[in-house]
Amino acid sequence: MLKTFKLGGIHPPENKFSAGQAIQIAELPKVVSIPVAQHIGTPSVPVVAKGDKVKVGQLIAKSGGFVSANIHSSVSGTVAKLDLVPDSLGYPKQAIIINVDGDEWLETIDRSDALVKECDLDGPSIVQKVNESGIVGMGGATFPTHVKLVPPKGMKAEYLLINGVECEPYLTSDHRLMLEKSDEILVGTCLLMKALNVDKAIIGIENNKPDAIRLMTEKASKYKGIQVVPLKVKYPQGGEKQLIKAATGREVPSGALPIAVGCVVSNVGSAFAVYEAIQKNKPLFERVVTITGKSVQNPANLKVRIGTPVSELITAVGGLPEDTGKVISGGPMMGKALANMEVPVTKGTSGILMIPAKEARRNEVQPCIRCSRCVSACPMGLEPYLLMTVAEKNLLERAESERIMDCIECGSCSYTCPASRPLLDYIRFGKSRVGALIRARKN
Amino acid sequence: MNMTIIYTVITLGAIGSSAAVILYFVAQKFKVYEDPRIDDVEGSLPGANCGGCGYAGCRAFAEACVKEGDLSDLYCPVGGNDCMSGVAKILGLEAVKKDPRVAVLRCNGTCEFRPRVNAYDGAATCAIIHATYSGETGCQYGCLGCGDCCAVCEFDALHMDPVTGLPVVDEDKCTACGACVRECPKNLFELRKKLPKHRKIYVACRNEDKGPVNKKACEVACIGCSKCFKVCEYDAITMGNNLAFIDSDKCKFCRKCVPVCPTNAIIETGFPPRRVKEEPAESTQVTS
Amino acid sequence: MSNLITVSPSPHVHTDESVQKIMYRVVVAMIPALVWSVVVFGFDALRVTMIAIAASVGFEYLVQRYIMKVKPSVTDGSALITGMLLAFNVPANLPWWIIIIGAFVSIGIGKLSFGGLGTNIFNPALVGRVFLLISFPVQMTSYPAPAGSGVDAVTAPTPLGLLKEGLMNGQPISEIAGNLPAATDLLMGTTGGSLGEISALMLIIGGIYMLIRKVITWHTPVAVLGSMFVVAAIFWMIDPEAYIGPAYHLLTGGAMLGAIFMATDMVSSPMTGKGQLIYGVGIGAITMSIRLFGAYPEGISFAILIMNAFTPLINNAVKPKRFGGMK
Repeated sequence: MLKTFKLGGIHPPENKFSAGQAIQIAELPKVVSIPVAQHIGTPSVPVVAKGDKVKVGQLIAKSGGFVSANIHSSVSGTVAKLDLVPDSLGYPKQAIIINVDGDEWLETIDRSDALVKECDLDGPSIVQKVNESGIVGMGGATFPTHVKLVPPKGMKAEYLLINGVECEPYLTSDHRLMLEKSDEILVGTCLLMKALNVDKAIIGIENNKPDAIRLMTEKASKYKGIQVVPLKVKYPQGGEKQLIKAATGREVPSGALPIAVGCVVSNVGSAFAVYEAIQKNKPLFERVVTITGKSVQNPANLKVRIGTPVSELITAVGGLPEDTGKVISGGPMMGKALANMEVPVTKGTSGILMIPAKEARRNEVQPCIRCSRCVSACPMGLEPYLLMTVAEKNLLERAESERIMDCIECGSCSYTCPASRPLLDYIRFGKSRVGALIRARKN
Repeated sequence: MNMTIIYTVITLGAIGSSAAVILYFVAQKFKVYEDPRIDDVEGSLPGANCGGCGYAGCRAFAEACVKEGDLSDLYCPVGGNDCMSGVAKILGLEAVKKDPRVAVLRCNGTCEFRPRVNAYDGAATCAIIHATYSGETGCQYGCLGCGDCCAVCEFDALHMDPVTGLPVVDEDKCTACGACVRECPKNLFELRKKLPKHRKIYVACRNEDKGPVNKKACEVACIGCSKCFKVCEYDAITMGNNLAFIDSDKCKFCRKCVPVCPTNAIIETGFPPRRVKEEPAESTQVTS
Repeated sequence: MSNLITVSPSPHVHTDESVQKIMYRVVVAMIPALVWSVVVFGFDALRVTMIAIAASVGFEYLVQRYIMKVKPSVTDGSALITGMLLAFNVPANLPWWIIIIGAFVSIGIGKLSFGGLGTNIFNPALVGRVFLLISFPVQMTSYPAPAGSGVDAVTAPTPLGLLKEGLMNGQPISEIAGNLPAATDLLMGTTGGSLGEISALMLIIGGIYMLIRKVITWHTPVAVLGSMFVVAAIFWMIDPEAYIGPAYHLLTGGAMLGAIFMATDMVSSPMTGKGQLIYGVGIGAITMSIRLFGAYPEGISFAILIMNAFTPLINNAVKPKRFGGMK
């Protein structure tokens, strides 16, 4: 019996077209625009000015606070300007625009592929190095990793969970990374364990990736304390709380962080980035992005420099299919639809998904027939139909007492609703209003 | 049979009268003293409970009026000066007089002027679109056209125009309660001075982008060229964030700024048609 | 405009399920019972069903179009189900005008006056049925004799009616038992009764289909039938001469129809499994108290309507198990 989380969950069609495609290196773009706010928390502060020459891996924006991350140049060339560039939501955000000229890396970066296992840094120095390298959660939440590695006072981490679930349909970047960089991920996991001072690590992988499970299990036996746990396929298993429940049986209390049950969760992409940062001295400036879709000619997993415009990646896989009706940054369940293809790839971009026009529009909204499918699908045990109603009517206190803030915005309710009701749209709206209410109450 | 009726009447009568006695004593015991003037003040208010005064309904405003003992910070925009002088009379205080105001939509990005560049599909409220992305057009500052403002208007003064895709203010019904100002996620409404004959001159744009950028998104965007600013003789126009703003309290309604605007972003309404040869604008300034 | 790229909030994929599909699955589940009743009652059963469906769908269209002035939603299949369920709950020989009145009450009062699909508190078909039962007691309780029953009479009493009458006359069960149909007859449905309620077997087949296709969950039917069984068993053990065995109660009257098709109506039943268990037990207990102590031989319609009224309360009181524990 494979492990999984208990409450709710759905099984959307997987459509992992690019699972068999090895990671390729994307062509260097001519211009990159690197936003200074690529992570949750304070935006970074640019440390370069117009006209500065930069090399690959050079620091271009400094962490703006504790919950923030350094940003490094992904290309070599000249800083063209510091300007406002529309982000994936279409709102202009500060970005550093660099004209690419050659591909000159900082000399300190080890560009060889040789696996380096030994590391003589102690825990705090690893955290320090992770912080300097600008590593954030690469599953999409982009929470700065070094913050997670320093548990709040009085709390002690017991388990490190490495998230190789990749429960979003279509996406395969983590899957490919596990197949091609398994040793690097495992060394990265060891480094994270050392930083956290824990002796147990669990790598959770859904059993729709049997090759990855086999390979990782085989390799993990050579590393002390790392266990690979195959998980039954169910969305949203990649959610932090769901993964912890599935792998350890522990339940993160409402409103608390995973550290409350002694767990720290990190993505396989982040573990790989930690490996590169510490063993190869290479900061985070590129990541694996899945570019896929039902009508895409050659779905691919590309290693992309941060700041590359999405349009160039689309060109790399054979151009935007003619029947495209929607382009999504991220997976189909939690990704953001893009209005503008010129937005740059950021540290949190796990995939670019092109949806054909006939699937792009939602069905007509019908009245709720109270079938309670949303209730059974909710992995947090909430009642989405009720939350939507109270959010729509602005009954914020009621929404709060019905635990609207517990919602992880996984979209299972909207996915499963036979009446195609925009449940999550309203719940998200309610969450933002209730969040404002709670903040106002605190002040 | 008759006895049954009599017994019934007696029993029910007894229950009724004893309940009345109990109720009387309970009412005496739990009586809460309230200033009777609160009721009087509340009675003289419009009773719309719109919250335009900043208080949670007319009762709360009435309580505030009685408690404060000073009306200088209290104003009911719906009832206006007449209503406030009524309140002042009840309380024996002095009411502040304010110019009547009206809500104005500072966006003229109609379907014609501001083409759509993508199609939104989801819950059709402005608040949700605003949280999702910048909107269906190239202008991230403009009206989203889902009518959240119309939904919150208690006075039926806002309606969506299906042709332009913008809300239209019915000035006769608008009470300047400010509900739309608070609701609009793009912050497009402004309460401007109300003049007779619906006369208004205002910059119908809030786009803070630079000229070339916003001109591409919308034909009638303010490009921040300062021409109006230079022509204004009354310091009513200020420039900021690539945008001109006309202060309705300083504006003398000379109409000189309107023709100089290269993008027709300044709108004038309620004025007689312009003669070919300009004559000095009639004084429309109303002092209340 | 159509070639503009679409932007919407996540999620960007959607299940194949739709309201129509769910509704039409319920219709499919009712077909075995309908076919059987045509076999037993002949063409009359089909006539009643067709009139009920046509009237329900017609009233839904007319009321939505001309009174509520909204876009009619007759294609969603909910009016079709209401019509069929109403037909299932009336005798096969009911005059056409009574059926139409029933359909009007079901759709107009039971459903649309509350706002239409999804907002009705009570099961619309049952509202119509109970209205007819109280307004036209004679027509509603004169059941046609099933074909091939060997009875010459035009009408046949229901098994529960026979039982009630016998008990009213002071006969002990052992004496009445001889007149009652055998268990196999009840299962197959060769007895008198409402159009759709006679064959327990056909209804169970429909129920299993709905369970497999995930239209319903097991909670409500099991709770209704289980609680009926328990209550009946307790009284039967106290005095087998005054109370008949529990199996008889489950197979007769509207127990199966009610438990499988009426009580599971999504709109008027609670949202959580736990809530549905409470709701089902309530229905079972009320049904049994009407059957054992009430004036009517059968009471599941009333029981379901009464528990429908409690559904919002149950929804408020019974919350799903929250992730991360209760605060």
